[in-house]
Amino acid sequence: MDKFHQKPYYFVNIPKLMEINKDLIKNVARNARLGINEDEAEEFVPQFKEVLELFKKLEVVDTDNIEPSFHPVVIKNVLREDTEEKCLSQDDALKNSVHKKEGFFVGPKVSL
Amino acid sequence: MNLQNFSEKISKKEISIPEHTRSILKEVKMLNERYSYFLNISEDLALDQAKNAKGKLAGLPISVKDCLCVKGVESTSGSRVLKSYKPLFTATSVQRLVNEGAIIIGKTNQDEFGFGSFNINVGLGNPIPKNPFDEERVTGGSSGGGAGFAQKTTHAHIAVVESTGGSIVAPASFCGVYGLCPTYGAVSRYGLMDYANSLDKIGLIGKDCASLKKVFDVMKGHDPKDCTSISFDESSSEIKKVGLIKESLNVDPLVKEMFLRKLESLGYEVKEVSMPLTMKHGIGVYYIIAMAEASTNLAKYCGIRYGLQEELDDNFNAYFSRVRDDGFGKEAKRRILIGTFVRMAGYRDQYYLKAMKVRTLIIDEYKRLFKKFDVLVSPTMPLLPPKFSEVESLTPLQNYMIDQLTVGPNLAGLPHLNIPAGFVKNLPVGLLAIADHFNEAKLFNFDR
Repeated sequence: MDKFHQKPYYFVNIPKLMEINKDLIKNVARNARLGINEDEAEEFVPQFKEVLELFKKLEVVDTDNIEPSFHPVVIKNVLREDTEEKCLSQDDALKNSVHKKEGFFVGPKVSL
Repeated sequence: MNLQNFSEKISKKEISIPEHTRSILKEVKMLNERYSYFLNISEDLALDQAKNAKGKLAGLPISVKDCLCVKGVESTSGSRVLKSYKPLFTATSVQRLVNEGAIIIGKTNQDEFGFGSFNINVGLGNPIPKNPFDEERVTGGSSGGGAGFAQKTTHAHIAVVESTGGSIVAPASFCGVYGLCPTYGAVSRYGLMDYANSLDKIGLIGKDCASLKKVFDVMKGHDPKDCTSISFDESSSEIKKVGLIKESLNVDPLVKEMFLRKLESLGYEVKEVSMPLTMKHGIGVYYIIAMAEASTNLAKYCGIRYGLQEELDDNFNAYFSRVRDDGFGKEAKRRILIGTFVRMAGYRDQYYLKAMKVRTLIIDEYKRLFKKFDVLVSPTMPLLPPKFSEVESLTPLQNYMIDQLTVGPNLAGLPHLNIPAGFVKNLPVGLLAIADHFNEAKLFNFDR
């Protein structure tokens, strides 16, 4: 098993060198839990290719020994006293949902 | 009317706050029929706040970009996926202004979740705002509603807005107003519907710099609810040397000419500087980071706890996919897909991590220049506000390239300000002034 196939299970169906086509777009959409129709998938193919071409141009930049900047300024770890603070009441937390029952959110069924 | 004159008239009782509030609400409604600057007008809240407004900003009407939460007022970030969502709290940035007597008049139009440079990528069912100088042209985006209204209103007013890659200065430039995007972390992001956490900044748009400064002073500083927010001392406002980014002059010649004329009129000692890396790779780095972060941020919109909700008649994968299909517009979908792709195993290092490393080099490129220069300048936008018919035919990549001059300071988290430079063919041109981190004072002082 090569290194790529040791990645988590939900990525194993992504081949290593991939052609950008409709199946790939639909696969990514499945991973993102985003419904798209055939026409959209078709439309996204050339747009994906064009944008990824731009992204690939970064390969020429030498970044050996360069640290990544996950933020633009230095962020320090901030801690607070471990004391109880006010938070939303259960009623308030449920206020924006129509899917609720007996003080809980109701979700879709989990069986496939 | 600028804030100082307004506040003086309030204190001398020459202006009544309730009357002024009613008057601007009337104007908002009238303009909205034609220009679509507001997605929601908070009339009841405004009239209520007007009854007892006290403080440094007493009676000042503020419009709030739709991506910022206002308690009890529908806030959707311009997206159908958040339809009917009424936040249970107000964003810190907005609350601080309200605490000093500001009055919220409504939620302003924007590209869905901020995904656009023209404000044409509005959420499903939303109207597209129109340029205040020509209704056939774009306002610029993504804060198009706030910028357009700031230009059109005859009242004292400040727009509270947000930028990820240029969403404040781009519409400010196209609408001919001042737009400040502060240093990353200078203003609390608590209560902002995130687009890209490492890039988002809350700022202001208005007709003059002194008013922006006064409101910014109230809004800035550390907030315990946002661990990336920082309090800082005001920097020196002295400007000795200005660097002109030479690669930025490859723009519409009419824009270039007006920009240079304005720069010359300010009378600074100006020297050309070069930013080869930022100008060549800024767009690529920006869109990788922005899309990767956006795709994770938008994962939470799934039709259960708030926003668009449908019948729960499928299993969870099918339900989430369907709600998100129904709720997101095309550009949001595109960014979720590309953002998900560049984070996938096998690609993360090639795209996302690479972009984060090049970002370090871009920050270094700016930092080296700020050792010698107080302010860097370029045109804000490479073209005059285009017509709707002209932007319709652009591919997504061509759209993204429009951000060429604004992504750099956004990637580096540097404060930047659009300054109206003049008019060409009755359309506004903007000058972009960029300062080092936490040096907003230099920007407020730049247009003398």
